[in-house]
Amino acid sequence: MEFAFLVTLLAAGIRSGTAILFSTIGEIFAERSGVLNLGIEGMMLMGAVTAYGIAFATGNPWIGLGVAILVGGVMALLHAVVTISLRADQVVSGLALTFLGSGLSAVLGAPLVEVRTAPRLPNFPIPVLADLPILGPILFNHNVIVYAGLLAAPLAWWYIHRTRPGMELRAIGEYPAAADALGINVNLQRYAYVVFGGMMAGLGGASLSLAITPLWIEDMTAGQGWIAVGLVIFASWDPLRAALGSYLFGAIRRLPLDSQNLPFFLANPQLGYFMNMLPYLFVILLMLISARSELRRRIGAPAALGQPYVREERGV
Amino acid sequence: MTTATNAVEMRGITKRFPGVLANDQIDFAVMTGEIHALLGENGAGKSTLMNILSGLYRQDEGVILINGRHVELTSPRDAIRHGIGMVHQHFLLTQSQSVTENVFLGLREVSFMLDQQRMAMEVQRISEQYRLPVDPNAKIWQLSVGEQQRVEIIKVLFRGAEILILDEPTAVLTPQEAENLFITLRSMAADGKTIIFISHKLEEVLSIASRVTVLRNGKVVATQSTEGVTKTDLASMMVGRQVLFQLEKPPVQRGEARLRLKNVSALDDKLLPALHSVSLTVHSGEIVGVAGVAGNGQRELAEVICGLRPLTDGVIEVAGESMKRPSARQMIDAGVAYVPEDRNATGSAPNLSVAENLVLKSYRKPEMGAGVMLDIAAMRRSAASLVSAFNIVTPGIDTPARKLSGGNLQKVILAREISGQPQVLIAASPTRGLDIGATETVRKILLEERSQGAAILLISEDLDEIFAISDRIVVLYEGKIMGEFEAQEADLTQIGLLMAGGRDVTHSTQAQV
Repeated sequence: MEFAFLVTLLAAGIRSGTAILFSTIGEIFAERSGVLNLGIEGMMLMGAVTAYGIAFATGNPWIGLGVAILVGGVMALLHAVVTISLRADQVVSGLALTFLGSGLSAVLGAPLVEVRTAPRLPNFPIPVLADLPILGPILFNHNVIVYAGLLAAPLAWWYIHRTRPGMELRAIGEYPAAADALGINVNLQRYAYVVFGGMMAGLGGASLSLAITPLWIEDMTAGQGWIAVGLVIFASWDPLRAALGSYLFGAIRRLPLDSQNLPFFLANPQLGYFMNMLPYLFVILLMLISARSELRRRIGAPAALGQPYVREERGV
Repeated sequence: MTTATNAVEMRGITKRFPGVLANDQIDFAVMTGEIHALLGENGAGKSTLMNILSGLYRQDEGVILINGRHVELTSPRDAIRHGIGMVHQHFLLTQSQSVTENVFLGLREVSFMLDQQRMAMEVQRISEQYRLPVDPNAKIWQLSVGEQQRVEIIKVLFRGAEILILDEPTAVLTPQEAENLFITLRSMAADGKTIIFISHKLEEVLSIASRVTVLRNGKVVATQSTEGVTKTDLASMMVGRQVLFQLEKPPVQRGEARLRLKNVSALDDKLLPALHSVSLTVHSGEIVGVAGVAGNGQRELAEVICGLRPLTDGVIEVAGESMKRPSARQMIDAGVAYVPEDRNATGSAPNLSVAENLVLKSYRKPEMGAGVMLDIAAMRRSAASLVSAFNIVTPGIDTPARKLSGGNLQKVILAREISGQPQVLIAASPTRGLDIGATETVRKILLEERSQGAAILLISEDLDEIFAISDRIVVLYEGKIMGEFEAQEADLTQIGLLMAGGRDVTHSTQAQV
């Protein structure tokens, strides 16, 4: 009984953590390049609302997914122009992006709240593997978007640590002047990674409204964009650790839902309120742990995170 | 001189920055295979000229010829293509990446998927060919400063540089490391590489360069062979007037112990141990010089004494009074004055006026106002008298401190610290970045304070400075005191070895081969 519960919980956790995983990986790329983007929440909301709306209008969830990715990219481009070219404060610009995204998505999404019939991304149990005991339901019987997340983390890790562009990415966030002196176009690459980060946030939002909780309600991300920002720090800018954190968070988020049918919680329904606090307590705990371990770690945050890069410091 | 033998020829180079003419019609030529020094004070335009040659800046006027051919250098990549490589004073290395990654960074020929092993082998090959020993797989932060510099040199050599520009390469090295660098440079020049050596250290220029170009205020003063030239000649060309190298220094009159550290330990900003059981004493009327390579606990030492960093162990005594958990305020009240290394961030409040900066430590005194009210008139009177006593050149006492030159800002800080008649004065790299004239003034002020009976702790990475004015010298290495010498008996070689962590001479020379 408890065992079956655990399997269900893990499967649900992987499913539920997928949206955050995409956003966290995107933010890892942006921050690795030196640009902090606090607009994830806004970009996820815009991704979620456009994905749902377009999927409903066209009847094709894949078109919805594509447009959501584009919308995330365009919003991030705005952030890139403001912070990289105009060298405005990254925190302020990111916050503005979040406000813009949550407001705009609420307005655009108002007619969609009543819609319950938009097409969803398909579930796809992987033949043979899905029938395995335990591992089957946890890993191989999911929505297609969940598999994409499972592949994205190792792929992102490989790109950052094992490829030439990845090596350059690590350099521009660490010491842009060094990269510049070696002929790397720092600002162009930053643009690319910020936009990529936005596209991933758009994808994260779309995976919410098209697969994980397939509907649109105002503010449906409920702070997941902020949690992604926190997970980047917990993950020390490493996509594999980001996957671990995202899935763990997903599981904890599902805990109140999946546990309410356990006999103990049926007997004590008031405990449900405390269970609902868990995800947020979990994030605070993560931040405390990572704050301590980061302090002792030589390599953590990209050294140039948050700083615009200008070559001729003395002015032009 | 025919252009055919010139590896580099820059003609009529002019570069303007807002309000500054950094390079004014500079003609500069370097022959193939020579070591050519570019000498000048800070702000003379050396770095600007070389940043133009390495493609980082673009000249407003003038032309550049490489091996007799006219070239346009619009980016560092262009410069690299023409065989020009620059080793910057502040190393352009990414701390969290490996030596190999830093060497290969930015090379387009590298395949999309990295072959770390093959790359490391290529770095190893260059490292052996030019006798620049370094571990290709080490992360940059694990390396000593000397090793990091080798990585920088390997980086430019790997890109096929035939013309190497080194910007003040010895500034961060111990004397032995500098000597090793010189051996490498000489052998590279013998192999036909052209080396441009930027410096403001005269002995160095005379020992390594075959020719020297002197810049002053953005203009070329002279280009000539170093043969038969003396230090004094170079200095007067560089400064534009005669320079005295020996300061008048009366014999030491040691009084009672004013500052005493007993087994003091402290952590750095990353909470790693930075000072290990440091004990030292400074007496009234003497200057104790702390020698050491940057990053060996100097900053932590100064901050601990000034109450800016908590002790994890040990005791500090100021004028006989022991302080267990001193705060900055307690230390100021006990008579500790501090001239910090960083004039702009720690030493002054750049946006406050000269007058306000001058009274930052005395405004609490009764003569500066009653209660929470400040007596502005008294403050201004005090500031004005300090400005004239210390010859601070400023448009007025209401000018923001950030508008002052480095030398004048340092005088403001010294005036503020000394005006409180301190028992103990901590001076951290007090002449860093100052020109010869301002350096002289600052050292004179310190010697005067010594005559007044202050106990002075001089923390400096510049050994010349330590030797010029200290009465006693201690060497700091990895947060430990490695040795203590009377200044007259101190031997430069011995101190250099201790700065590198060596204990006895024979052992360390072997380690460096």
